[in-house]
Formats: sequence, C-alpha cells, structure tokens
Amino acid sequence: MPKRTDIQKILVLGSGPIVIGQAAEFDYSGAQACKVLLEEGYEVVLVNSNPATIMTDPEFATATYVEPLLPGPVTQVIERERPDALLPTLGGQTALNLAKTLYEDGTLAKYEVELIGANYEAINRAENREEFDATMQAAGLRTARNIIATSAEEAQAALEFGLPLIIRPAFTLGGRGGGIARTQEQFDEIVHRGLDASPIGQILIDESILGWGEFELEVMRDHADNVVIVCSIENIDPMGVHTGDSVTVAPQQTLSDRVYQKLRDQAIAVIRAVGVETGGSNVQFAVNAATEEIVVIEMNPRVSRSSALASKATGFPIAKIAARLAVGYTLDEIPNDITKATPASFEPTLDYVVVKWPRFAFEKFPGVDSTLSTHMKSVGEVMAIGRTFGQAFGKALRSRELDAQPDVTGADEELLTRLESPGADRYDLLLELQRRGVSDEELRARTGIDLWYLRELRHLDDAFEGVRSYRAVDTCAAEFEAETPYFYSAWDREASNEVRRGDKPSVMILGSGPNRIGQGIEFDYCCVHAAMTVRESGRDAVMVNCNPETVSTDYDTSDRLYFEPLTLEDVLAIVEIEQPEGVIVSFGGQTPLRLAAGLEAAGVKLLGTQPDAIDLAEDRGRFGALLERLELKAPPFALAQSPDEALQVAPGVGFPLLVRPSYVLGGRAMELVYDTDMLADYFARTRPQGEIFLDRFLENAIEVDVDAICDGEDVWIGGIMQHVEEAGIHSGDSACALPPHSLGAEMLDEIRTATKDLALALSVVGLINIQYAVYGDDLYLIEANPRASRTVPFVSKATGQPLAKIACRVMLGEKLATMGLPEDPCGPHVSVKEAVLPFDRFAGADALLGPEMRSTGEVMGVATDFPAAFAKAQAAAGTQLPSRGTVFLTVTDSDKAAAMGIAAQLHDLGFRIVATRGTASAIKRMGIPVETLNKIQDGSPHVRDWIDRGDVDLVINTPTGTAARSDGYEIRRAAVARGVPCITTIAGGMAAARAIGAARFGEPPVISLQELHRNGVHA
Amino acid sequence: MSAYVLLEDGTRFDGESVGAPVSTTGEVVFTTGMSGYQESMTDPSFARQLITFTTAHVGNYGVSEQFMESDRIHAGGAIMRAAVDYDDAPAAEQGWLSWLKANGVPGIAGVDTRALVRHIRTAGSMRGGIFTADVPVSEARERIAAEPSMVGRDLAREVTIAKPTIFEGEGDGPRIVALDTGIKRSIIRNFTSRGATLEIYPCTTSAEDLLAADPDGFFLVPGPGDPAALDYIVENIKTLLSTKPVFGICLGHQLLSRAAGLETFKLPFGHRGANHPVKDLRTGRIAITSQNHGFAVAGTPGEIIDTELGAAQLTHVNLYDNTIEGIRLLDVPAGCVQYHPEAGPGPNDSLGLFDEFIALFEASHA
Repeated sequence: MPKRTDIQKILVLGSGPIVIGQAAEFDYSGAQACKVLLEEGYEVVLVNSNPATIMTDPEFATATYVEPLLPGPVTQVIERERPDALLPTLGGQTALNLAKTLYEDGTLAKYEVELIGANYEAINRAENREEFDATMQAAGLRTARNIIATSAEEAQAALEFGLPLIIRPAFTLGGRGGGIARTQEQFDEIVHRGLDASPIGQILIDESILGWGEFELEVMRDHADNVVIVCSIENIDPMGVHTGDSVTVAPQQTLSDRVYQKLRDQAIAVIRAVGVETGGSNVQFAVNAATEEIVVIEMNPRVSRSSALASKATGFPIAKIAARLAVGYTLDEIPNDITKATPASFEPTLDYVVVKWPRFAFEKFPGVDSTLSTHMKSVGEVMAIGRTFGQAFGKALRSRELDAQPDVTGADEELLTRLESPGADRYDLLLELQRRGVSDEELRARTGIDLWYLRELRHLDDAFEGVRSYRAVDTCAAEFEAETPYFYSAWDREASNEVRRGDKPSVMILGSGPNRIGQGIEFDYCCVHAAMTVRESGRDAVMVNCNPETVSTDYDTSDRLYFEPLTLEDVLAIVEIEQPEGVIVSFGGQTPLRLAAGLEAAGVKLLGTQPDAIDLAEDRGRFGALLERLELKAPPFALAQSPDEALQVAPGVGFPLLVRPSYVLGGRAMELVYDTDMLADYFARTRPQGEIFLDRFLENAIEVDVDAICDGEDVWIGGIMQHVEEAGIHSGDSACALPPHSLGAEMLDEIRTATKDLALALSVVGLINIQYAVYGDDLYLIEANPRASRTVPFVSKATGQPLAKIACRVMLGEKLATMGLPEDPCGPHVSVKEAVLPFDRFAGADALLGPEMRSTGEVMGVATDFPAAFAKAQAAAGTQLPSRGTVFLTVTDSDKAAAMGIAAQLHDLGFRIVATRGTASAIKRMGIPVETLNKIQDGSPHVRDWIDRGDVDLVINTPTGTAARSDGYEIRRAAVARGVPCITTIAGGMAAARAIGAARFGEPPVISLQELHRNGVHA
Repeated sequence: MSAYVLLEDGTRFDGESVGAPVSTTGEVVFTTGMSGYQESMTDPSFARQLITFTTAHVGNYGVSEQFMESDRIHAGGAIMRAAVDYDDAPAAEQGWLSWLKANGVPGIAGVDTRALVRHIRTAGSMRGGIFTADVPVSEARERIAAEPSMVGRDLAREVTIAKPTIFEGEGDGPRIVALDTGIKRSIIRNFTSRGATLEIYPCTTSAEDLLAADPDGFFLVPGPGDPAALDYIVENIKTLLSTKPVFGICLGHQLLSRAAGLETFKLPFGHRGANHPVKDLRTGRIAITSQNHGFAVAGTPGEIIDTELGAAQLTHVNLYDNTIEGIRLLDVPAGCVQYHPEAGPGPNDSLGLFDEFIALFEASHA
C-alpha cells in the first residue's frame, strides 16, 4: 500500500538530554526518521530540548523546536503548528510517556492529532505492567510471577515468591529506581525507592530468574501484519545485569534452532498481542538453557538502544524503516537499503559476530555502589565486529578506551568472589583468572556465563591469527551484491578486501569512540558535520568510529564507514587502504587527538591545526611564554613532579587553588583546595602519578567560553558564552548564556581581541575554544583548546551558524573572508545551555557541582530574555522550578550576603523561607521572615526530615567543604532522592529566583529555530 | 591436519581438517541460516552437496538425536569459518565434530567462507571437494572431474526409503501417501501431530501400487537432485492427479509443476537459508521461509496459465529474485510450495500450511 496522503504534517518528539539509559541512539533514530519523512514529502515538526543532536539541525525538519519535552511547551507547539499526526516511537521513553500524557489530558483529541506508529492502547499494554502481564497471558506466553504494588504494604505479598526478588518501577528509563533485593532490608529499601521513582507510584516485583540466559529480539511489523525479526542479541551476562550494562552478542550463539525459533515465534506473538501496528519493537526474554523454559521479560513498543545496536549490527536501519511503515508503506514496498535490489521484508543474516560493550564512569562518582544490577549504570557503549566472536570481543576490549586498566591483582578466591557481584571489571577479572588456570566450570559456577563463551574467551589470543582485510556488512552474508555497505576488519588466512575505493580523493574523520562523561554526543555532532562538509566539497568522507549509538556510525552519514576501534594501529591500517588526502582528528574530542602525534609520525597528513599547536596549548611552560608575549593574563600556576613538591610550591601559587594530574579528560580528578591541609588530603586520597598542575583559583570570577574559527589569517568568533555558575565549576557542568548577560561592551571587545591574538599566535586552522575568567575588571585566560569543543553544537543552534561546517571548510582550504559570515551572529534572543546530571541514578553520589565534570548531557532554552530562557533550560533539564512553596537555604559564610538577596526576591514572590541557623540570622537581619531549622546533628525534626516529608520545594545549598558525609551532602542526597530542585551555587540561585519571577507572567512562548535564525540574520 | 576446498574452476580455500579425516567431492553450496547445522546436515536434500555455512560459528550447542531430520547425515561435508566440538551444552548428546567423525563425514574449518560465498555468488554453484592436505591438487582435480554434475542427476533413488513405512497420526486425521524423494522428520511430525497418518513409499513405486493404497491424498516431498531427471515420478504424478488431492513441498513442488507441464531450471547458486521472503500473491501476506533448493520452476509470478491439468495459478513469489515459490491448480485439488513450511531448521511462519493441507485432504475424504 502506498504512503498515506490524508496526513501532511507530522510531529516528532525527540528524547531530550543524554541521560543514563537514553543516549545518542535516539538522535540516530530520530534523525533518520525525520530525513525519511521529509523525503516522503511530509512536513515535519520536531520538538527536542537537546541542542547537541543532529536531528535538531534546522534542515532535518520543517520546524524545529528546541523546547522542553513537557506537556505545556509541546501543547503550545501543537497549537501553533496543528500537526495531523504524532510519531511518538522515536524519542525513547521520554517521547512515549509524553505522548501518553498528551493523549490522556485530551490535547491530542482536542487538536485532532492522530498517534501513528503505536497507538495509546498499545503503548499502555506494553508499558503498564499489569496490562502487559494480562496481554501476555492471553497470548499464551509466560511472564515471571510477579505482583504490582502501589505501596510498601502491598509489596510485602511478593515475599512469598522467595528472595531474591527483582523490583522495577513502572514508566522509568533504564529501570531507574529498581534493583535486586537479596535480603529483607534491601527489599524494603528498594521498594521505597522504586515507588518514589515511578511517575505513577507503581512498582513491579518479579520472581527471580537470575542466572537464566537473557536474549533480545528486534521485531518489525507493518500494517499488513507482516513481521520480521531484524536481529537476535544474546547477553553474555545472564539475567540480573541490566541489558544496557551487559556485554552482548549478535547474533545469538548458544541456542539451538528449535529454541531460537520458539523465541522468534514468541516475539512475533508479543508484537501482535500488544498491538504495535507498525514499526519496531524490542522483546526481551529469559531462557533457562537446561529446561528450555522461556519467560517474556518486557517489550518496548518503540525504537530503543537495542534497536540502534541491531541496526548497526545488521545493516537494517530500523528507525528509517519504522518511519516509512508509520506513514503506510509495507515492508515489501521498501527496498533493502544496503543491497538496493532486495526488499526490507526479510531477516538479515550475519556471517560475522558483533559484540557490544558498555562504558562505565564510576570513577566520576566516588562512593557509589558500582555493582551491576537491573538498574542501568553505564554511560556509553562500543560495538565491535569481527569474523569470529573472539575477534569481535578482542576489538571491543580495545575500543573501550579505559583511563586506567582495571586492578586484577589479588588471590584467586578474592577475584572469584568479586566476580560473583559483577562490576565494570568483571571480564578483566575473568580473563585474568583464565590466565591463572582457573577452570571454566568454576567460572561458570561463579558467573552463570555460558560455557561456550568462556571457552572462546580462553582462546582470545588465537582470534587474530592470519592477515587483516576489510569485509562488508551487507545484511545477507554475501548472498547478494551490496551497494552501500560498511566495513570492519577481519583476520583470515588470506586478505580479501571488499572496499571499493573509487577515484575520488577522500578525507578521513576520526570519531570520538564510546560516550562517556566529558566526551559525549557533542563531538559526534561535529564529526557528522565534518562528513557532510567533506562530501559537499566533492570528496569522499570516510568515517572511523566504534560507537553504535551515534549518527556518525549511520552508513548514510559518510561515503565509507569503518566500524573500528580508534587505536593508532587500527587507524593506520585503514589509512593504508584509503590513502586519504588528510585526516581530521580535531572534531572527535580527546580520542582522536591522542592519535595525532602517532599519525603525524607515520607520515599521515592531518588537516587543520597541527599537533605542534595542540602541544603548545597544552604544554604549560610553552603556553605561559606565549601568553606573556601576547600580554594576556593567566592565573598563577605551578607544575610539580610529585605531591611533595606540589605541597612546597603551592603557597607560591596562592590559595585557593585547583589541583589536577596531567592530561585529563573532563576535569577528572580535579579538585579545589583552600589550604595546604586540604591539598595533602587530596594527595592522600587520589595518589596521583606523574606531573601535577596547581592553578590559582579566582574565586567568584565570571567564567566565559569562546568558540572561534581561525584560518591562519582571520579569526571569526562564533559565540561568547557567559557561565551562570562562577569559575570553579567545570564548564561542562555549568549553565551558560549566549550572549553574555552581564558583561560590558568593553570587556567583550577585550575578549574578542584576546581570542583573535591567541588563535593567530597558535596558528590555528579550524576551531578553537578558549575559557576566560573575568575577575574584577581583569580578563584572565584559563585555557585554550585548539579543537572542537563541547559547546559547538549549542553555539550553532543559538546562532544559526554551523560552526563545525565552517571550520571544516577552513580545514579543507577555504578562507573565512570568502564566506560572508556575519560579524556578530548572535540574534536578538537569549539562549541558555544547562547541564543534565546523573545524580539520581547513583545512590550515594554527592549532588555537588565542582571542577570535576559529571554531567551526561545538555539542554537548551531559548527566549527573548535571560530569566525566561534559563527557566526553559531548567525545565528541559528536569528541574521543574516551583512557582510557590517553601525554599530552604543554607550557604557558606562568604555567600551569606548574596543569599540575602535571593531570599528577599523569593519572599517577594510569596515563598516561605526556611534556613539553618547561620543563614537564617543573616536573612533575618534584612527583615525577611524566616524560620530556623535544625541541622542534622541538632536532632529531629531536622532539615533532612523536612525534605524527606516533602515539605521543601526548592533547596539552595552552597558547599562548605569536601568532607564526605557533611550536612550539605545529606541535604543534597535527600533533595535528589525526593526530586526537589537543588541549587549548589549562588549564581545559580540568583538565576533561579529570576526565572521563577519570570514564570509569573505565564509560560514563555515557544519558537522554532527556523524563525530564530531568520530573525537573527535580519537583526 | 590441514585441508583444502578445491572448486572445479581451480579456486582453492585452505583450512583445517575437522570431523572425519577423509576427502570427498560434491556440489559446493552455501546456506545462510544462522542455526540448525545438524538439521541441515541430515536433510536428504543436501545429498551429494558440501555445505558452506556462512554463519561464523558452527557446533556451538552440540548435536542431539532430537534434531535429526533423517536417520543419517546426507550432506557430503561441512565447510566452516569456525567450529567447535563441545558436548556439554544442555541439549547436547555429542560434540558436533565428533559426530561428523563418527559418521565418516569430513569437515573443514578456518575457511574464509565469505570469500568462498562471494565466489559462488558470482560464478555459480559448482562441483568441488574437501581434501586433506596429503591429497595432491592434481588428484583432487581428477576426483572433482569424476563427480557427476547436479544437472540431470537423479538422487531421489539414493535417498528414498527401502520399503513402505507407516507413521501413525496422533488422532483420526486423513491417511496420506507420500512418495519419498527425501522426506524430513519435521514433515512427518507436522502431519502426525495434526492427526494425519503418513504412509511413505519408495519413490520408484508405480502409480498403480500407490493408487492401490487408496489414501485420502498424495504428498510429494522434498529431495535432492535435478527434477528433470525424475520423469518416472512425474509420469506417476500425472496419473495420481486425476484421482486424489496432491500437494507438495520443494522437490515435490518442482515435480508437480513438471507434471502440469511447466519447466524447471537450475538457479545460479540456489536458495538455502532461513530468511527468504515469500509473498502469497493471492493475499499479499509475506512469510519468512526456510529454503533449500538448487532448481526452480520457470514462470511469471501471479500468472494464471493453462496447463495439461487445467488452469494453474503461480501463487507465490520469492521477493529476492522473483522466482516461483508456489503453484495452485485451479481445476483439480492440487498445489505446492517451493519453500519449507516444516522449518527444521528455520522459521515457523508457514506451519499453518499443514493445517490447510490436512483440511484439503479431509475435504476430499468427506
């Protein structure tokens, strides 16, 4: 059946900021879908608060709203745009939940918007546990015995299934708030947490099927009821570890055809029973290998992390095809994108093995429980393809890019015990134990991992025998010719390269590897833009990356994609095949940058800024000399070779100071210390190796970020951003505003001049990001990074100028002077970027901002003034600022004066003010009514009781030190646990107060990027 | 020990000898199914063929009596990228390689199967052999040259049952006579579990003897070789058609089609795997099917044609290459499909076809 003509305009909801459990895969899926819908001639209206996405590039939709994914703003969008249909299956759980709300509150009916892809009943049947179980039962399928509880009392009934029990809150991402209870105490705690985490206050308690095999099938269905299985995925980690945290393998390896076909039959039965009319679903199964019992765990009636993985693993682009199915096509009417000659109504077959490996960031959150469970904790993933399982696994190991090798020392029994509570290092332990001669039977007993995998792992070293050549992912195991394949390296007896290089010159772009804190989707965004620009220039774009979540690893993005680890050896092997004109290493963050020197040494031409300039900017001595020559001020600093030396030179630098070891990612292991004792304590805790940097910290300075482009002759400034939080908070975690909201024209000129001088002096060709601190009337240069920065996508969205593309053109030889760029690209509106932090996912983590980056993602708010833009950004980040109620303040002495101002403002807005003793007395002196609360050590009822009871609507707490279990820590944890907004800086508090005030005038109007950029250009 | 695969055009792929350390020749084909290696090896349709498994790993879950599709291994050998011999998977009764060895069947592992498949895809299925390293290439060439071509080859006679055998149905369904050109246990099970009783006769049985059995209908089953070499069966089918309902699968489909006057031809590299989309042009429904055939029926999908047995509709099409996958005779109760609704290995999407067969047999009985 051809596509529908009764709908013209389709609303697509994105998934918002990158958070644990919902990452770049939804940009990949969403961008594909938007592209397809535009190609099919539909108007596409997109809402997504995440500016770092490709899908929010203006050319991917007719109207793009970077607005909070909340009922209010989306209803406004619907009112303005009047779409005919809403496609809710591409933006993860966020979009699905939002669509459900809009249906339930009558908005969709009121504006006659039809849900396509999945209707309300299907969403409900899949997402509501009770309905799901009933649906499965009616279809003759087994689910785990379970009960649904809406209170701790109801939950007790589950104890009769026997411990352990698995507890999962309804409608949450990646199982947030759930867990495995092995004891009565754990049971009570997780039940409580789960009830809080579920937006509908409902939890599901499952009988344990721990240790069973875990499998996933990706299913697609069209409206004619044709169903195909795109991919089977086997978790090497048995049931008990969240699939997002498991090492997984495609296709499944251990099931016989008979059992596999049963799973296939059941997956098809599930999608039919739930009633997903068109599109993709993910069905998860637990399989008892001994008895062949099968239990349906859950199904997602939408594209998912697994569907992105399945798409990359097979070459079957699920989101793209789901979008076509949603508008009326059937599977056989859609061509297989890779072969072009066969239809999409088939099941991919693989002649290789794919391994997905999760990437964790526990080192960022000291004190958190790093045991893996049903609650997802990984922040990114890598995918590796190999001719055999061993090759894929070995490549995945290489792709992880760990900052430090896991510690595998200790007695056998100690390591075996550690294996029983799986952590991020479990396979390192396992391989070590195998090296030590521990038997596979023993390892199986401790881990539940299938013997087949254990045996293959034992022979990992043999996997790379033979010679390397590049093979194609073609969906069909070579049965048919592939038109647009992508490639992986394979080791076989003889080379058999399938790359058809063509005659065009090519430019190779190195991606950013697994997402992690400090290196996220922003860098992938830049790499994708580089590929687009290279193609526009008439060259072939060659992409190298190993992250399956991303747009860069969509085979449509480049002319040739190599799904490979980003190590020097792997990259040089591709260079040999491709013979590129040049390689771009400066768009993918630290990962490719680390390879620059090695590539240069191997004679590979790097495009843009040369490694020496990067070194110049990173070498403190050389850089200091350069700044002196340019007459640019920098805070005093010192370099020490050991902690002892650092303690000696620290007073000369002056306190407070920032201390960090050399070459860090995302400010890892960086801390702010106020005296020699704190510095000594830092060394005692972190025991740093190698050089140590000490930088004088400019307290209460305003931090400024600049993104600029230099072609060696001219410098163009893309954006000057003022941080909301004061200097000292990692720039990645700080909110920032564009244009700056409190800097004078003179200072801005000084910043521009300094930026131009420095970029030229560094011989930058391409992007440079410079961080400044404005301290009093003086400008200090904090650091310069001659490469793409985290803020490039935000600046591009805010200004309408594609910075990464402009930079790439410069790197390919164009001059800025010929591009006709506006002197000041910033329009009349204000854009605010806010960071999104994962504290709520890590029990025990301190919800405190500091010099160490901890955010996983970002959102953007746009409005005509700063308070409204800030409020939008807060709402988008999930911090719904209260409009009334009680605010609790407790601040450090130096912040008390400023806190009075905030208290006055909130009092005027009608808030009840409560504070701890010191802060309360300061506020009282201003004549503002305030109630005093007990500190925790003063006894109950103390401040935490208030928060726990839900009597506090907003917390403003600035830290008084880093002592681990301080009052401040308890307060912040309690706030995070209750979902109460918790602001930890004075500047943030002031911005919040202004934003709350602005909200009094009603919800700020929504505006599309296309309108903004039109206005901006004319302004 | 090293081993090699040599094709009749001289192309050679090296590997290690696994399974029985012997050399053998046959037609080198490939299957893209990702599981079900034991089912494939014991499927009579693979007789005189050397199966290249495109899936990366073979043998992972061992072998077990329950996965046998016949009483023995019919394929000549297994060509694999990686193979293991573990025998302790829950359902395993023996290791995969030990089983090959015990049955005297050679395998070769470590072969660049992808390169081999790409070669066959371009050059077509051809004769070849698996040879242990001690066999000189010159001798290997001679042995390949001595291997008869698949075209014109009657292999049904080699695999057919020695004497008539009855498989009682689990109920009082119709009594069906099957002409054994290489039946699979999955087919037998699908009939008997639905209550039908299956009486299996050697493929050389005369039409008179078959009619003397007086069943509710006849079933034509899969099997190896060239349908064009089986005119003696085709002639019998013509006789049967005028009397009782006749349905068929795979080779049975090709034979029924030839009985209706249609031609068969050899596909360049066959259809073997578990992912082929087949569309029923009468309903528009698509099934993902199990496939295993080197020959196909010539015709234009969807067409209704005049045959010696009246009108026939070419009902099913393979969406990969638009070849015919099913036929229905409109004037007599007869029809057939090219693919394998019985799965074993492969998807169960078309199991419902057995209900249809049985309903049609029962209708004629009533």
